[in-house]
Amino acid sequence: MDLATFLVQCLNALQYGLLLFLVASGLTLIFGIMGVINLAHGSFYMIGAYLAYALAPWVALHLGGGFFTALLLGMMLAVAFGYALEWGFVSYLYEREHLQQVLMTYGLILVFEELRSLLAGDDVHGVKPPDWLTGSVPLGDLMTYPVYRLFMSGVCIAVALGLYVVIARTRIGMAIRAGASNREMVQSLGVNIRFLYRVVFAAGVALAVLAGMIAAPVSSVYPGMGNQVLIISFVVVVIGGIGSIRGAFLASLLVGVVDTFGKVLFPQAAGVLVYVLMAAILLWRPEGLFRQG
Amino acid sequence: MNGRSQKIAAVLCAAALTVTAAAAQAQSKIKVGFMLPYTGTYAALGNAIENGFRLYVQEQGGKLGGREIEYFKVDDESEPSKAVDNINKLIKRDNVDVVVGTVHSGVVMAMAKVAKDTNTLLVIPNAGARAVTGPMCAPSIFRASFSNWQPGYAMGKVAGEKGAKKVVTITWKYAAGDESVEGFKDGIAASGGQVVKELTLPFPNVEFQALLTEIAAAKPDAVYAFFAGGGAVKFVKDYDAAGLGKTIPLYGPGFLTDGTLEAQGASAQGLLTTLHYADGLDLPKDKAFRAAYQAAYKAAPDVYAVQGYDSAQLLAVGLNAVKGDVAKRAELVAAMEKAKIDSPRGTFTLSKSHEPVQDIYLRKVEGTQNKVAGVAVKALADPSPGCKM
Amino acid sequence: MTMSPSLARRWPDLAVVALLAAFPWFGGKFEVDLATTIMILAVFALSLELLVGATGLVSFGHAAFFGVAAYATALLAPKAAAPALLVLLPAAMAAAAAFAAFVGALSLRTRGIYFIMVTLAFAQMAYYVFHDTKLGGGSDGIYLNVKPVLAVGGAVVLDLDRSLAFYYFALAALVATFAFLAVLLRSRFGRALAGIKANEQRMRAAGFSTYPYKLAAFVVAGALAGLAGFLYAVKDGFVNPEILAWHQSGAVLLMIILGGIGRLRGAVLGAFAFVLLKEFFQSEAIFGAFARHWQLLLGLAIIACVALMPDGLIGLAAQLRRTRAVAPRAS
Repeated sequence: MDLATFLVQCLNALQYGLLLFLVASGLTLIFGIMGVINLAHGSFYMIGAYLAYALAPWVALHLGGGFFTALLLGMMLAVAFGYALEWGFVSYLYEREHLQQVLMTYGLILVFEELRSLLAGDDVHGVKPPDWLTGSVPLGDLMTYPVYRLFMSGVCIAVALGLYVVIARTRIGMAIRAGASNREMVQSLGVNIRFLYRVVFAAGVALAVLAGMIAAPVSSVYPGMGNQVLIISFVVVVIGGIGSIRGAFLASLLVGVVDTFGKVLFPQAAGVLVYVLMAAILLWRPEGLFRQG
Repeated sequence: MNGRSQKIAAVLCAAALTVTAAAAQAQSKIKVGFMLPYTGTYAALGNAIENGFRLYVQEQGGKLGGREIEYFKVDDESEPSKAVDNINKLIKRDNVDVVVGTVHSGVVMAMAKVAKDTNTLLVIPNAGARAVTGPMCAPSIFRASFSNWQPGYAMGKVAGEKGAKKVVTITWKYAAGDESVEGFKDGIAASGGQVVKELTLPFPNVEFQALLTEIAAAKPDAVYAFFAGGGAVKFVKDYDAAGLGKTIPLYGPGFLTDGTLEAQGASAQGLLTTLHYADGLDLPKDKAFRAAYQAAYKAAPDVYAVQGYDSAQLLAVGLNAVKGDVAKRAELVAAMEKAKIDSPRGTFTLSKSHEPVQDIYLRKVEGTQNKVAGVAVKALADPSPGCKM
Repeated sequence: MTMSPSLARRWPDLAVVALLAAFPWFGGKFEVDLATTIMILAVFALSLELLVGATGLVSFGHAAFFGVAAYATALLAPKAAAPALLVLLPAAMAAAAAFAAFVGALSLRTRGIYFIMVTLAFAQMAYYVFHDTKLGGGSDGIYLNVKPVLAVGGAVVLDLDRSLAFYYFALAALVATFAFLAVLLRSRFGRALAGIKANEQRMRAAGFSTYPYKLAAFVVAGALAGLAGFLYAVKDGFVNPEILAWHQSGAVLLMIILGGIGRLRGAVLGAFAFVLLKEFFQSEAIFGAFARHWQLLLGLAIIACVALMPDGLIGLAAQLRRTRAVAPRAS
């Protein structure tokens, strides 16, 4: 592999890893702060992609807007949906054992898949990115790199910075950090834990939906797209350490590199490599890279 | 009653029963079980096949072999893991007389095994897995479509004639992809060309970016790609977006551009593909078929609809020969083996392994049509290695 | 003569076995096929019950051992001759047990949610090995061409190719697994597992080395899952990597929670209930065109069951009695 190809593959790995971070960060927050294993997190990613597909024509027709308007609208819907879901379903999961949470959220995956089938059908769809992002940037003499993928990476980096600022520099971020280390203490300090949980869950959902919406033009919109992302995000969360955003960031990039270079250098072993990575890290540090508390 | 009248009564009863049984047999419907993908990346193909099949039956007045058809449907979701359970629903629960299916090569292999074990008649309207007319071939299994090897071989021959010496192939890692590439390798071998790299990704994954980078790095003379349905749409568009289309010609079997041109738009213009069907064929049967299909379903037919239509034709040949008596399996099979099908694609016959022997056309994408640009290979028969029929 | 107390307790089990034994005489082809599948899954569920219910180890990768044995069966069987049952079955179970020993040795170093995730990781590894490499024929799966036979001298005593023979063989396997686990759980080994489930720290404080017991339970559970995997491979003669997917591991967890964790009968009941529930929701006769969306009903049913029936179906009667006892009686 020559230098030019290596650099392009690094770019591919970075883009994939950053997208994973968007999904995994929500998952690690929910898992770390609320102690809830939510298998349906991949469904939020799928919902995001289908929202991108469904909102585009509606937004164009009624609001005269384009991709970004649809994105904004999708985010608002995601927050509302996350809030409602936490209030109506997830809040009943806090007191339950892990096994019950796993199974109830597994049931939720089936419900979301079928609702998707009822509302949006079972066909594979494409989503068009905004016109000014459809070009390609020349890289070397033979290949060009789609501008849209650079845009995706840009959005993910912006979100990562935003998360850092919120978590490290704001009061609510302080409460989140405290809640991740010691839930009972935070409660006894009078922080409105109910409200905090609802906000965190809605934020987690919004992050996954955002990931799905911006990924839709490159990955297509198809049934079952949430499943693959779900498992990989859990791997990222576990490698990074449950509840740690920093860990999720590092782990996503690690997984992005292993997956991309694995696909190219060892196509037969590509699928296995990510899990070998996780098993190796867990055996070295049984609670992930940056464990909390 | 004395002994003699008893005997007469018995004979009359038996005769009456036989007549009513035969009448009941003649009145009762032939059960056709569709096992097709109605969801997922191949859903459009499944629907087109069923439409084509039903069109033919309708043209025959709703009857084949003098009996009406009762349809059963199972969605196979293009999932090989559920194939056995799904086909058992048709065979053991619904007791169908013939199974028609499917699209995905992995699913059809499981179906063929069960059909062979239960001696059920199976007519395949698409899936080109070679094993089914190879090591797994059986008298009760017929194909009315193609083998994965055929279009690949034809494209390999064309690519070689156009001077390609180093080719990179890319496809999904399952039977159809592997066999298509094998066909291409056999076809290009005659002109001394070689496949230098075989890229694959798991079905139905469509994240091509890393592999497109690999293609660019390898700098081949051409790329041969097999994808179908939603995957084909994405690949052609991604290939174009990566700027590879300007310097490295993309070849593929017709599935790359069949039923997908509207979605692919400008990215697909000028692409050369090979298939046993094309647009612009100057055949009366094709013109009639297209008009009828358009009128019935308000959409243009594609190769999948043609294959569904021809599956019904093939089945009809057998049923007509036995006048609808599906129990006469040997005669039914014998008639189907000798069939000469007047298909919208042209006429074709079946090889000893029940595989179509047909012309493979070279097509070029112009607008939203795969226009025929000549015949790549005439009367191509898959050697069907491993079949002992 | 009064029945001995242990036999009196066993009568529901004996009744079920008798019912299953008699079923082929009044069930159709499709129903007998379904019953065979249920019995195989019941063996699978029982094997997980040993881990989750008896030892408290929640494994989310149990399908791996099921799948490894199924693939071993298909890969080790000769292409054209009938394999020997007495060789193939132990080989398949041994393959599953070996993989379980490997996974267990490494995973048991982690705890809680990390244990769940590590077991999932190993199952996914096995899945991708069979899905992506040439070893197992890839995503299309591989076939078992000739079913195993039990031959004594030159004569064939049991040919698993015959569906009735296979049905009774599966029934025998189910009964044997149930009996074996019932005896195991009552032994000293079983008591140790119960202690580990209740409070592992206390066991360790009492000087008990818990790791070997947990590992042994893991391997035995893996071997029994391998028995189910062997039966699965022989039944349809077709093995596909999807049987190692995490959905399968989730499904078997669902079966034991549906039936009731902590009871062997619960695992068997759970397998029956899960498969019948799926068939019910998929039935077009009852739901018409909506049957396409059976997963919606199944998902809602799963949520309802886990939320409302913490003791599963087995514990339903007791649960109802409890709620009625607590509720104030109308005067």
